[in-house]
Amino acid sequence: MSDDIVREFLVESAENLDLLDRELIHLEKEPRNRDTLASVFRTIHTIKGTCGFLGFTKLESVAHVGENLLSKLRDLEIALDPAITTALLQMVDAIRQMLASVEAAGNEGERNDQELIKTLTRLQRQGSSDKPQVISAANKSAPPVEKAAAPPPEAVSRVEAKPKAKPETKPETVEVGAERSDAGPQGTADGSQQQKSGSVSDSSIRVDVVLLDKLMNLVGELVLARNQILQFSNGKEDVGLLAPSQRLNLITTELQEGVMKTRMQPIGNIWSKFPRTVRDVATMCGKQVRIEMEGKETELDKTIIEAIKDPLTHIVRNSVDHGIETPTKRVAAGKSAEGRLSLRAYHEGGQVIIEISDDGAGLDSEKLRRKAVEKGLITAEQSAKMGEREATNLIFLPGFSTAEKVTNVSGRGVGMDVVKTNIDKIGGAVDVQSKPSAGTTVRMKIPLTLAIIPALIVTNGGERYAIPQISLLELVRLEREDAKKRIELIQGVPVYRLRGRLLPLVYLDRELRADPSTVAADAVNIVILQADERQFGLVVDGINDTEEIVVKPLGKQLKGIETFAGSTIMGDGRVALILDVLGIAQSSNVVNEVRARALAEKEKELVTDQGDKQTLLLFTGPGDGHMAVALDHVGRLEEFPISTVERAGGVEVVQYRGEILPLMFLSEMLEERRSHSRLAATPAKTSNPDKLQGIVYSSEGKRVGLVIDRILDIVDESIKIKSAPSRPGVLYTAVIQGRVTELLDMPALLQAFERTRVSKTTQHERVEV
Amino acid sequence: MAGAKQLCTFYVGEGYFGIPVQQVQEVVRPQPITPVPLAPKVVRGLINLRGQILTAIDLRFRLGLGEPGDPAKLMNVVVRTDEAPVSFLVDEIGEVLHVDDDTFESPPETLQGDMRELIGGTYKLEGKLLLALSMERTVDYGGAPTHTKESSLTIPSCLAESETKSGKGM
Repeated sequence: MSDDIVREFLVESAENLDLLDRELIHLEKEPRNRDTLASVFRTIHTIKGTCGFLGFTKLESVAHVGENLLSKLRDLEIALDPAITTALLQMVDAIRQMLASVEAAGNEGERNDQELIKTLTRLQRQGSSDKPQVISAANKSAPPVEKAAAPPPEAVSRVEAKPKAKPETKPETVEVGAERSDAGPQGTADGSQQQKSGSVSDSSIRVDVVLLDKLMNLVGELVLARNQILQFSNGKEDVGLLAPSQRLNLITTELQEGVMKTRMQPIGNIWSKFPRTVRDVATMCGKQVRIEMEGKETELDKTIIEAIKDPLTHIVRNSVDHGIETPTKRVAAGKSAEGRLSLRAYHEGGQVIIEISDDGAGLDSEKLRRKAVEKGLITAEQSAKMGEREATNLIFLPGFSTAEKVTNVSGRGVGMDVVKTNIDKIGGAVDVQSKPSAGTTVRMKIPLTLAIIPALIVTNGGERYAIPQISLLELVRLEREDAKKRIELIQGVPVYRLRGRLLPLVYLDRELRADPSTVAADAVNIVILQADERQFGLVVDGINDTEEIVVKPLGKQLKGIETFAGSTIMGDGRVALILDVLGIAQSSNVVNEVRARALAEKEKELVTDQGDKQTLLLFTGPGDGHMAVALDHVGRLEEFPISTVERAGGVEVVQYRGEILPLMFLSEMLEERRSHSRLAATPAKTSNPDKLQGIVYSSEGKRVGLVIDRILDIVDESIKIKSAPSRPGVLYTAVIQGRVTELLDMPALLQAFERTRVSKTTQHERVEV
Repeated sequence: MAGAKQLCTFYVGEGYFGIPVQQVQEVVRPQPITPVPLAPKVVRGLINLRGQILTAIDLRFRLGLGEPGDPAKLMNVVVRTDEAPVSFLVDEIGEVLHVDDDTFESPPETLQGDMRELIGGTYKLEGKLLLALSMERTVDYGGAPTHTKESSLTIPSCLAESETKSGKGM
């Protein structure tokens, strides 16, 4: 027998077992669904048959008794009940473990499944009339729970199987869980099973990821070649060359998108395992939980799917274990006995948002504070100043667990901090919101793909390096004279005062142990980065631009160098290294072992931020007046060439990072005495009259380009003197840096902007009609 | 012909070396090299081979044959390894030779240094000696190989096949 056959068998079986998990959970809700029963039987039969053929006798014997039991179920000789479901799920687990052993060691491993086989055989003979005994053999922690829920066995089966709990919501949730995922032949309950499974296997093929990666590489190269050809043909007037090069252009773009798509997988692939997870945990804790899913077709890159699998599972288990209360408590609190766990995934601003929410007890922020103080993670003073939101996010601190007692499921003190670390690692973010007695929502922001990331390109010693945008906070340029004054030394260690805070400086050339740059720099460029909650400034020779880069791993010869995260190919075909910000922070001791201290400092920062000190972006608006907005929502500062401004629905827009960014002209939004024509409102003062100075402002997932005159500065200011707003759209006026400055009321401005957009669009449409 | 091998040969410094053609993926003209700071000295940098980034190993340095040459002039011998291919930077490419196992002899005991590790033996050609280089040992210098699990995923055939077909599946 060849290895290929075994490997094929393993892949196929893994899929079949996942399917079994889903179908068994499905069956528990509809124990008499013959189609599902038949499908379950067929699946187990296939596994058994292949095991026998490949000579895995232990596997075969376990699958065999399972098959016997299922045949009785299928013929309706006995009825499915929770004990049987549990035993069958255990069989699935046993088979899965043996398969894992086959994969790792080539045999089924040393194991004794006599107990399981006996249980399955007994169940087959007599149904589950001797249930308590069966359960204790099968699942030691289950009986007390089940008894607590309802002592008589029959009643248990009904409570557990949940079909009567909320029948109207059931079909939706179950079907979402069971069908339409990758290999699921479990179609609509009345559809022909055979036909369905046939069509799925006909319409998809299995492809090695290595091959897909290779295709990605080749397409990347093709894009470079295409660009060169386009550049060359643009200068010519030969139609014979222009036409095909245009076609090449289109085809390459489409090919690139197609190949990118092959790496995308729906998030439903990992979600499909959760009904089983939820059932297991709920049974163990004596809870009733219904799982709902929305947006399971949302696609993510395969590597990301892999990376978020464990964190997601952890959060789901946590929600059931800690979030949702026991039926008794729920009823007492006036909720339905059955808890709800809902998973939601959707796209927002080029990222995928995943929300896991439960309608459980919610987080007790008082308890969280107390606990954090007890464990010495924060001081009492900090805790007192902390807002609700920060308090709930304390659960992400290392070494924090709120479970009163350690359970089998969660609460071992590792957990949410690991979730956070893992999500951080792939450039995502995680945040928790909770309302006492109403529930908890964990929200994750995940990038679509790891393969392509936005990065800042810097130069040092004549070479280019890419810095992932996710770690980038801001850029500071100091003219030479200024630099001498503003970069200070503490015992030889350079620091820079950024808005009153000391920022350690790291010189890239020293980090790379390159010769100090000989270039007589007329300015010092500092890239301000964030690593592991700490900020530091990286001094580089030059700053180029941001680009979307394709990340490629380094060969094994270079794996050990923590300064680099990978490599990429630049537009000219040359290779550039990607800097690992955390690695640099570690090797330069910006982030050290005492991570707790850093975290404590971060908490302090949060606290001070809560004071009346605000970080403001200062700029001049129309009529040369000084204005400011809070920096929190400022995504980027951009220059938009006037030639790129287009009009859509009566509003000026620009294409920006794959999105359409509406432009909001301050001159138009704010009441002005003189009326300006829009583009003429760009004053002569800007360095380049062909460009619009823009602030990319994002709020609630929406982005808008705020067109202003000139950026002045970023200041940390505690505003003492406030006076009434001078006009609508202004929050208040204050004296900042000795000038009267208007602080813009962005939410109000955005609302007004939305209104004008809508009215313009309708006007526009009316004209069309 | 039994007992015969085909070797891809090249020159590094004064030496004349060969590795079995099966291990050589291709030979590429000098490529722009991106140096990798902090890397072991034998790693000259990274090159872009049709979208794949390869580590370039300077054979002069690896074999202890003196100072590295001018990267703009060095040829790339791209060899297949268990993982990504690796490029050997050599001075000049020789020809592909048929060599007879009869002419093979183990390296002399007096051969010392790095070379001792990396040379499997010599073929006594007419007028000169061809040193058989062990590709595996040359590539490997301490970095533990990491095995990556093979994985695959299912893609809808509408991406693989024509669009008209995908209509049927729905």
